[in-house]
Amino acid sequence: MKHCLQYIFKYCLVVLVCAGFFQPASAQTENDALMIPKNYFCAAGVYTHNSWDHYWEGTFKRENLNLGTISSNVYAVGGNYGLSNRVNLLFMIPYITSNASAGTLRGQRGVQDISLAVKWLAVKQEVGTGLLSLHAIASGVIPVGDYQADYLPLSLGMRSKSIALRGLLNYQVGRFFVAGSGQYVRKDNITIDRDSYYTTEMHYTNQVAMPNATNFLVSTGYRSLKFNAEATLTKFNTIGGFDITKNNMPFPSNNMDATMAGAIFKYMFQSIPGLELTAGGNYVLKGRNVGQNRSFFGGLYYVFAVKKDKSDK
Amino acid sequence: MKRNILNIIPVMMIAISVFSSSCKKDIQERNQLYPALAPANIDLDADTWTPVLTASSTFTVATPDAITTPNYLADLNEIKSYQRNLTNEQKDIIKYWSAGSVLRWNEILRELVAKHNLPPYQNNDGTYPAPSAANPLAYPLFPFSNPPYAARAYAYVSAAQYDALVQTWKFKKQFGRPAPYKNDPAIQALVPKSDLPSYPSEDAVVAGVTAKMMELLFPGDLDYIQKKVAEEKLYRIMAGANTRSDMDAGEALGKQVAAVFLARARTDGAGAAIGKPEDWKAFETNTSATGQVPWISLELPKRPPMLPLFSKVKPFLFENSTIPSIRPPAPYSTGSPEFKKEADEVLAMSNDHSREHERIVAFWADGAGTVTPTGHWNVIAADEFVKHNYSEVRWARNFALLNMAEMDAAIVCWDAKYFYFNPRPTQTMFNIKTLTGIPNFPSYTSGHSTFSGAAATVLSYLVPEKATQFMTMAKEAGMSRLYGGIHYRSDCDAGLASGIKVGEYAVNRAKTDGGGK
Repeated sequence: MKHCLQYIFKYCLVVLVCAGFFQPASAQTENDALMIPKNYFCAAGVYTHNSWDHYWEGTFKRENLNLGTISSNVYAVGGNYGLSNRVNLLFMIPYITSNASAGTLRGQRGVQDISLAVKWLAVKQEVGTGLLSLHAIASGVIPVGDYQADYLPLSLGMRSKSIALRGLLNYQVGRFFVAGSGQYVRKDNITIDRDSYYTTEMHYTNQVAMPNATNFLVSTGYRSLKFNAEATLTKFNTIGGFDITKNNMPFPSNNMDATMAGAIFKYMFQSIPGLELTAGGNYVLKGRNVGQNRSFFGGLYYVFAVKKDKSDK
Repeated sequence: MKRNILNIIPVMMIAISVFSSSCKKDIQERNQLYPALAPANIDLDADTWTPVLTASSTFTVATPDAITTPNYLADLNEIKSYQRNLTNEQKDIIKYWSAGSVLRWNEILRELVAKHNLPPYQNNDGTYPAPSAANPLAYPLFPFSNPPYAARAYAYVSAAQYDALVQTWKFKKQFGRPAPYKNDPAIQALVPKSDLPSYPSEDAVVAGVTAKMMELLFPGDLDYIQKKVAEEKLYRIMAGANTRSDMDAGEALGKQVAAVFLARARTDGAGAAIGKPEDWKAFETNTSATGQVPWISLELPKRPPMLPLFSKVKPFLFENSTIPSIRPPAPYSTGSPEFKKEADEVLAMSNDHSREHERIVAFWADGAGTVTPTGHWNVIAADEFVKHNYSEVRWARNFALLNMAEMDAAIVCWDAKYFYFNPRPTQTMFNIKTLTGIPNFPSYTSGHSTFSGAAATVLSYLVPEKATQFMTMAKEAGMSRLYGGIHYRSDCDAGLASGIKVGEYAVNRAKTDGGGK
């Protein structure tokens, strides 16, 4: 049992950002049951490459020779601070470049949004031979860069402020765990550069009402002090939004759904305590008004004590 | 565990209350705030204004029942029965339509243009299907309301509405039957009162003429259009502004006027504007023969050029024979140093990541799925006209002037595009990246610039105090195409200049049509 706790407490978490262009933006910074202890800080640098050449126009799957392959590179820095053993504060900020391999549309580049999260280990309880934990995670996204949201599929993101609540249940037996989480994302209206636009009707405003979203995740895997391996299945859904009409351009308030399968690996160097290497990927199995994205990421984390703590350890 | 739960509950409560109160979700759209139309001047003399097509036409409107007849009293009773139990939904209908009939039908038209402004998806063999007016609901839906199609649609609807209202004013003055609220004190006026005679109803005329024009222009959306007609007719009755007989007579008159415009539209050449494969090929070979690089489609698969024979469509403000006199001089030769210099400028724009350029490009892009550049100028005009409390007939006249100029601007611009068949910057310089989609037709002259030059000229005549502002907007619209990397500077300059020339034809018409400013 003591061992289990160590796995949960000791390690920095996997940080991965899916860029928001034409596929659901989700900073999964807070998505696992790992916590870092009080007064520890984890600094993270993560690179992600996204690409797709097929997408769903509503339910119609197609390619577009005038876009070719849409790709992006995401360079993110983030951090996680242990306010206490039960409360972690996280942030992440990405710089993104996007590109279309065919046609003439110009890619974008710039800083996207800052993600902030408070992760609270609300319950930990021995159940049977394992440890059950429940996390509550509140997070928010605030656009930082002045990028153009209404430039899908090459925009860096949706430029929408949002706030999200997530519940995360984790059950760990020995080195194996299974986890499930559900998240509700509430999104602010966005402002675009046009003074009118058509969705399923005309709108005479530069404000766009963004659909809220849910995000469900199940994952299972292995965690040791040296190595983690995890398989994930994610289902992202906007609540509302409209389908891209045939041969039209995508729009920020489209109905965007995606089911993704992914894997995450992490290696903790024993020679340099606190240094971790992570890598993984995600693939969209099924979607609606999103690209069939394939993403790969790799990152470095370094966990260190900010100050000595006498009370709790 | 228990302690945990005691902690969790208040924390979750706070989190949920913060959560549900954060994030703005309400949006107030501009057109929801338009006030009820209360004309500063009812333009009682509009029966003498010069119509576009119907100066010598004869229309018939039945003599109305006298206000003492049982039929008329039954009409009044219908109004009273509605007014006794108005639902919130009915009150909303009154509020919506009270902003004005010409205005709301202009919005409906814009909505249909945006809905249909989508290029057809390719066939499996790399060719493209063409929409069919005979089978409008099969894919590709009819119409593809691209900029020339849309400009023509706005023009026909606006001009037909204007003529229909001039005719309406004649009958209104002939019959002189006052509004229901003037005949029966028990009837409330739920819209601003007017001294204008109410038979036939101007709202019904506009609904009738527009719906009939839509049978040609948007034949796959007649369910939606008829729903709007029924709603507007009900609105005037519920509001106490017209009786059912006012509405029926108005709708019938509107349809008669539409017939005149439909006859013109069916023979104006637009139906053949798509051209044939041999026409498309001829542009290319003829241009090559002059030693110039011809335009080619940059879409994959290659798409036939958009409505290449639209230049042959019959204009409203001048004859086809006038077009060569408006045609701008030839663009720089594709082999000249000036041409290269202009292409270099486009490349520099393409490499300029200024956010302000992105904003301007996006604001004026008006590409697929939008109301088109003409529609955008209709939006600008409508937002301005609401401030002036025009009568319905003046609303219609001003939109007719604007949109006839826009259609003729489309004809003139398409003439230049296919006369010179000039390549887009990205065709000759592969490293130019664009900030918006490249339209599928030749470069010289810029359509946006031509439309904007014409629109700003007409609006500047109608609202002279805003003239500088409109022309600044037109120039920005033109430059947006250079910033976006899809046009040379000379495309925009020449387009703006010929747009202004077309606009002046509309202004000259306006000076003598009896409507004054």
